[in-house]
Amino acid sequence: MSSMALSIGFVLLVGAFFKTQVIQYKQYVMQSEENRLRPIPLPAPRGIIYDRHGEVIAENLPAYSVSITAPSVDSLRSALAQLAPTLQLGQNDINNAIRRYRRAPTRPTVVLADASIDIVSVLEEHRLDFPRLIIQSVPKRYYPDGPVVASFVGYTGEITESDLNDPKYVNYKPGQQIGKAGLEKQYEAILHGKEGVRFDEVDARGRPVRGEGPRPDLSPEGAPPLYTNIDLDLQKFTVGIFADSLQGGAIAIDPNTGEVLALYSAPSWDPNKFTGGIPVEYYKTLLEDKRRPLVNKAIQGTYPPGSTFKLATSIIGLEDGVVGVHEHMPVPCTGGYQFGNRYFRCWEKKGHGSLDLEGAIKHSCDVYFYQLGLKIGLAKFIAGGIKLTMRDKSGIDLPEETQARWPYAIDYYNKKYGARGWSNAETLNLAIGQGSNSQTVVNMAKLYSAFAAKGVAPRPEIAHLVPQRKQIFTLNTQQDSIVLEGLKAVLEAGGTAGASAIQGLTLAGKTGTAQNTGGADHGWFVGFAPADKPKIVVAVLLEFGLHGSRAAHIASAIIGHYLKVGPIKATMDEG
Amino acid sequence: MSRPIVSDFRLLAAAGLLSLFGVAMVYSAGQTDTPTAVATVYKSQILWLLIGMGFAYAVGHSSVRFIEWMTTPLYLLSIVLLGLTLVIGKGAGTAASTKSWLAIGSHRIGQPSEIAKVTVVLMLAKVLANQRETPRSLLDLWKPALVVGIPWLIIMLQPDLGTGIVFIGIFFAMLFWAGVAWPLLILIASPAISLILSFSVGLWGAWFFILLALVLWYRPYLIEGIVLMVLNVATGVIAPMMWEKLAPYQQNRLKVFIDPSADPRASGYHVIQSKVAIGSGGFLGKGYTLGTQKRLAFLPEQHTDFIFSVVGEELGFIGVTVALALFLWLFLRITQIAERANDSYSSLVAFGLMSSWFVHVLVNVGMTLNLMPITGIPLPFFSYGGSFMLASWLAVGILMRISGEGRGSALSLRR
Repeated sequence: MSSMALSIGFVLLVGAFFKTQVIQYKQYVMQSEENRLRPIPLPAPRGIIYDRHGEVIAENLPAYSVSITAPSVDSLRSALAQLAPTLQLGQNDINNAIRRYRRAPTRPTVVLADASIDIVSVLEEHRLDFPRLIIQSVPKRYYPDGPVVASFVGYTGEITESDLNDPKYVNYKPGQQIGKAGLEKQYEAILHGKEGVRFDEVDARGRPVRGEGPRPDLSPEGAPPLYTNIDLDLQKFTVGIFADSLQGGAIAIDPNTGEVLALYSAPSWDPNKFTGGIPVEYYKTLLEDKRRPLVNKAIQGTYPPGSTFKLATSIIGLEDGVVGVHEHMPVPCTGGYQFGNRYFRCWEKKGHGSLDLEGAIKHSCDVYFYQLGLKIGLAKFIAGGIKLTMRDKSGIDLPEETQARWPYAIDYYNKKYGARGWSNAETLNLAIGQGSNSQTVVNMAKLYSAFAAKGVAPRPEIAHLVPQRKQIFTLNTQQDSIVLEGLKAVLEAGGTAGASAIQGLTLAGKTGTAQNTGGADHGWFVGFAPADKPKIVVAVLLEFGLHGSRAAHIASAIIGHYLKVGPIKATMDEG
Repeated sequence: MSRPIVSDFRLLAAAGLLSLFGVAMVYSAGQTDTPTAVATVYKSQILWLLIGMGFAYAVGHSSVRFIEWMTTPLYLLSIVLLGLTLVIGKGAGTAASTKSWLAIGSHRIGQPSEIAKVTVVLMLAKVLANQRETPRSLLDLWKPALVVGIPWLIIMLQPDLGTGIVFIGIFFAMLFWAGVAWPLLILIASPAISLILSFSVGLWGAWFFILLALVLWYRPYLIEGIVLMVLNVATGVIAPMMWEKLAPYQQNRLKVFIDPSADPRASGYHVIQSKVAIGSGGFLGKGYTLGTQKRLAFLPEQHTDFIFSVVGEELGFIGVTVALALFLWLFLRITQIAERANDSYSSLVAFGLMSSWFVHVLVNVGMTLNLMPITGIPLPFFSYGGSFMLASWLAVGILMRISGEGRGSALSLRR
């Protein structure tokens, strides 16, 4: 009887082991693997960004990151306190590390994203004292031309807490580097690459036992390269012209495709200094700089377009048929125009006399365009501007672009000033690019591109993707050529930018002055060349440039450099 | 004596194979990736095994009568040693807060409770064998109760819950073997059952009615019946108070037994990691010395309390089955020896020693799968520990002697 009881007891025990070891094997083997293997993320290199000729705009250099694993916040805290002197950690670094840990406690917490070789060598010496420390070679973003490309390439940095809450970044982990601005941000999904993972075997206290072997690594997948339309040579040339003294924005576009050849905002900043954490001192310097380097003057700053807008006024008038190609306005220019009880000045006090459209464009006669505006009528004029995308973003592939300002309808004025609080004088202001009209440099470049391409507006594109084009106006051949002749004449002797002419190349364009209540006026120039078969449109805005002639110098230099014509130096000297 | 040196080959083979298996596992327990003091303990385990075998050989050449004559002095000596632990005792291992070790300075000599497990069996056998009739009432059991009760009390004061459970196991098994009727055994156990069931009022109430029926059916002396019922009520009431008296680590162990995930980082950790080790061993195991749970220190006390988890992890279901089969073979052989023994004393000693090991195996192996609470009971022939190895082989020697003298005469004790 007792033998029987013994046997039954043992059979039951064996049964219990059978259940655990054979039936539930998979569950326990998984737990045992989870115990011993710690995944160490291997960051993927970001996609390399090239210019149109294969020159490198953004690449990756090897750097070292220092991270740490910890079983609890307290343990992390004490480890960081121990490491602080060696790693030169400030309270801020420690708080950041703890924040990262709280987000993803099972992931190694990044302590230093970009550790100096000195710190790394000291740590390597004391490796045994800090068994939970992980020193990794990681790719670090590098822009060989630094400030030259900052205006469009942007920069990378650590993903922030609010980004992590954004569904867009649902698969991201704290400590990862993401695009923060410019192309880096716009094409984050393409440039990011796929993180790999290495498995370390660790003991019960989390100390690594074997670095390789327990399970094969999953190699990180680098992102594909991003090819852009930027002409790095032209970009460098543009930056060179602005030098350190000038501030403003410039953009060069191929009007046929919308390809952005160069985009620059002066003064610039160094994106390499932003990688792996923006140094407080540097950031403060940039913030306190009165020239506002962090505002991108090519896509973010909006300015009254001034006389450069007269192209839009002309197009609207011609398309509406309110003005004939050779038609003169009723009142000749005597240096001003009496409207009601107000006298509207022309910029030329001596007056231009009686002009047709071509002459009015050449001389930028305000009195002509006041009358053209009145002929079109405010409602139609506003609608025409909207059709010419003066109320839109240009659609350039940069996340920071500001939308241009332009009334949505007459109602805009009623809302703003009250039904009787404004007069038709607003039409006069709009007609010469003043009033409730504020444009970005890129949006003006888009308008001139559309004119250069017979009414087809291309979407400005930095990355080499499929061009998007849209017909925004239609002029007949005669109308088109009259306007073109006017724009050409601007860069001929007697035109407002006559001094910027280039030997052997026909330029077309328009200067402008943006009235600036806060200081000296801003100077504009938007133009293209060759005038009869345009290959490049350049828009330049010089803050406090007073008027457009200096902007025209810059633009013509850029055009000349791109088309490889003309002794540019000589024309520059004339100015 | 003209008997052969090895009087019982099957007994020796079972105990020997188990010991070799055990030493191999103690060696493996020391093979870890993080340096540990366990790395070299297999050497002293081998030494203790050899010493134990020497003792067994010596005892095997004495006689049962001599052992019986030595029983009372040995019993008294072990009580004295046990008493000493309360004064100069030290803790170790999972039971670091108990005082089960005798030590001079910081040097631990041994655990008297391991020797006491053998001497209590001997003494209990002597007392039960000397009783002319099979005990029929609770009063008849005062002597056996005293024999086990004194050392049990000391051990509970150490406190060493695991060893206490072994003593209770020995007590009931030997009473059973001595022919005590099972209703009486249940009546004896009733206060303890009340204790356990007192945590649920409903269960305890049901148990109380069953007990009442049993008392009416078995009809003990009136006074006994009343005392029993009062005891049951009393334990049911004082149990919660006793719970408060338990050391926190003991409370935790009992809680974790009911739900290991209640405290997965602390007390439950041991059991969870043990189950993971065993389960991940699968059918064939991860290979001798290659268990990752053990190598990377996820498995606690891998050379003592949880050595069977190492068997499960490294040798798989096959290894576990072989080890358990060896134990079963040993126990069945001892049961045969008990049945063939010449006299009641020999028979009771054999059965008592077997039941002591059986409780160890059941509780220790059950613990690795969370079928039993963690009590820190070692696994015979496997767990590292000099005293226990010595005591086990002493027992093997006694069993060899009993087996050698046994002529298979009728055993009047068994009904």
